[in-house]
Amino acid sequence: MTAQTLFEKVWNQHIVQPGGEGLPAVLYIDLHLVHEVTSPQAFTLLREKGLKVRRPDKTLATMDHSTPTTPRGIDGVIPVTDAQAAAQLEVMRKNAADFGIPLYDLGTRNQGIVHVIGPEQGLTQPGMTIVCGDSHTSTHGAFGALAFGIGTSEVAHVLATQCLLQYKPKTMAVRVDGRLHPGVTAKDIILAIIAKIGVGGGTGYVFEYMGEAIRALSMEGRMTICNMSIEGGARAGMVSPDETTFEWVAGRPYAPKGADWDRALARWRTLPTDDGAVFDNEVVLDADQLTPMITYGTNPGMGMPITATVPDPDQVGDVSAKMALDKALKYMDLQPGQPLLGKPVDVVFIGSCTNSRIGDLREAARLMRGRKVADGVRVMVVPGSQQVKAQAEAEGLDRIFKEAGAEWREAGCSMCIAMNGDQLAPGQYAISTSNRNFEGRQGKGGRTFLASPLTAAATAINGVITDPRQLVLEMA
Amino acid sequence: MEPIRKFSGRLVPLPINDIDTDQIIPARYLKVTDKAGLGAACFTDWRYEADGTPKPDFIMNQPEYQGGTILIGGHNFGCGSSREHAPWALMGAGFKAVISTYFADIFRNNALKNGLLPIVVDEATHRQLISLAQEDPQTQVTVDLATQTLTLPDGRAVTFPIDAFSKECLLKGVDQLGFLLDLEAEIAHYERENPARVNTLG
Repeated sequence: MTAQTLFEKVWNQHIVQPGGEGLPAVLYIDLHLVHEVTSPQAFTLLREKGLKVRRPDKTLATMDHSTPTTPRGIDGVIPVTDAQAAAQLEVMRKNAADFGIPLYDLGTRNQGIVHVIGPEQGLTQPGMTIVCGDSHTSTHGAFGALAFGIGTSEVAHVLATQCLLQYKPKTMAVRVDGRLHPGVTAKDIILAIIAKIGVGGGTGYVFEYMGEAIRALSMEGRMTICNMSIEGGARAGMVSPDETTFEWVAGRPYAPKGADWDRALARWRTLPTDDGAVFDNEVVLDADQLTPMITYGTNPGMGMPITATVPDPDQVGDVSAKMALDKALKYMDLQPGQPLLGKPVDVVFIGSCTNSRIGDLREAARLMRGRKVADGVRVMVVPGSQQVKAQAEAEGLDRIFKEAGAEWREAGCSMCIAMNGDQLAPGQYAISTSNRNFEGRQGKGGRTFLASPLTAAATAINGVITDPRQLVLEMA
Repeated sequence: MEPIRKFSGRLVPLPINDIDTDQIIPARYLKVTDKAGLGAACFTDWRYEADGTPKPDFIMNQPEYQGGTILIGGHNFGCGSSREHAPWALMGAGFKAVISTYFADIFRNNALKNGLLPIVVDEATHRQLISLAQEDPQTQVTVDLATQTLTLPDGRAVTFPIDAFSKECLLKGVDQLGFLLDLEAEIAHYERENPARVNTLG
């Protein structure tokens, strides 16, 4: 048999009907994650057509995007003050109830960001196909699943038929050789990859991340990298599963148990890309050369080493790229040649499906322990799920953050997408562990620097953009 | 869905690269549970001042471009989030097609499912169309889906790619869900042949 990539194996195992000349393949979906923002119109369509959800047992709903992260009232309930958001959440409740879909409702013990809860519950497993009406579904690819974001029409397709119409994408090997230096993290790897290939560089591809530096990462680090595949234009990013993967999945609520586990493990071990398998394209990075990264512009591809200076549009050859850079620097109110180190920020946001897992919070807390947030800086720490929140509280991380002067919030997407009231004021600068620095993404007129949890925490302490490596070395 | 065959329209040039879906429709407008009213918020932060007055420089506010139905964006149009609210907003704002050199994958899929045609042209044609539209706001082009052609004012016709399946659905005005629903037997067969590989929520 010819050597196959991980992607090809997962793809082939899920073909209900192969594609043909001008006809898409019909792909079976193992897990469909649903949230309140991109599903209402899909359920409306099902009602109009008199359709049921084909496999409620392969569907899970949560609430994360428009949910407040403000503290609970004395009744233990998270208050929803935005009437429109409250109505949207109510529609999610009704849809879940009417169609028999399990729902992790706001504030309940398993609720959280959709891409945090899937892995956390052990629902995300190697070799699966996973979709959600959310572009960061690529996160689940860290487990060797084929996972990608879909639109609301496709949400309806999967609800009604558990299938999707798909043309086979191309494959790109993204190899990260070498070893990361202390203070340099998974987030810096993915920001460096996107800076190299650009926000459109992965369009039409599925990435497979490989190489020594990827193998050395924790599952949380791999999730951070796969999460931002879409920021490089790739709908999906995957990592061949290995012992790190299996160890992480084992024992989780929905992970196979006993003999089922042994059978699953045997199957999962067949998934990694075969030696000699051919990719359509390749990109290579050297982890030894990486420094902490930061973005300076208005898309995630506008990133640079934190020690570098803002690029000069006049040095950019391509006319349209020059225009884009001009526009971005104007929005960010930055000058060509300006260093970002030492630049004051107004807000530090630690959270989002990119960096809100327990490992991310531990990293941030490690730097903030016993220190104080700089005067005048608002620091928000938003755990990715209620489970992450509970774990962090059990470890005392919440106290470290609160004693430092940071806000410790309820779980949700929060200021990553800024549709729940957590947002920047016009003109404010934020350093953020999230995934998008688009104009207005964190609030109309707000300006975002994307960085790692370590860089965000170091910046919180100093109040100005700070290279975390010195602090990390001091603690070692 | 209305069938799409052939239509003519004026061009609205917005030659900015990597226009993301947060610009097309910001997240704060996604708290709706239907599709109504999104057109008014299309490109809202580029289109309006904080007090709601139109920004006169923005192309959609310029009187001579009013009524244009074909938007020309820069490279990689529609990157970012999976929100289908983006094509809904563009259609709500009166657009029938968007022209670019390439589209983000999810946006293209979403657009095709709603009858907003994503038209890919080569870079030279792209530049030419932008110049034509900027020089003369009355510039009109004709889109013929059946022949997959875009006809320029000088009579030159360029072909554009579209997958045969989406094209057929758009020409007939049928949604793609019907195709999947007709495969019930095949889906049931797959489920029998492939018992759950994993413990899910059942």
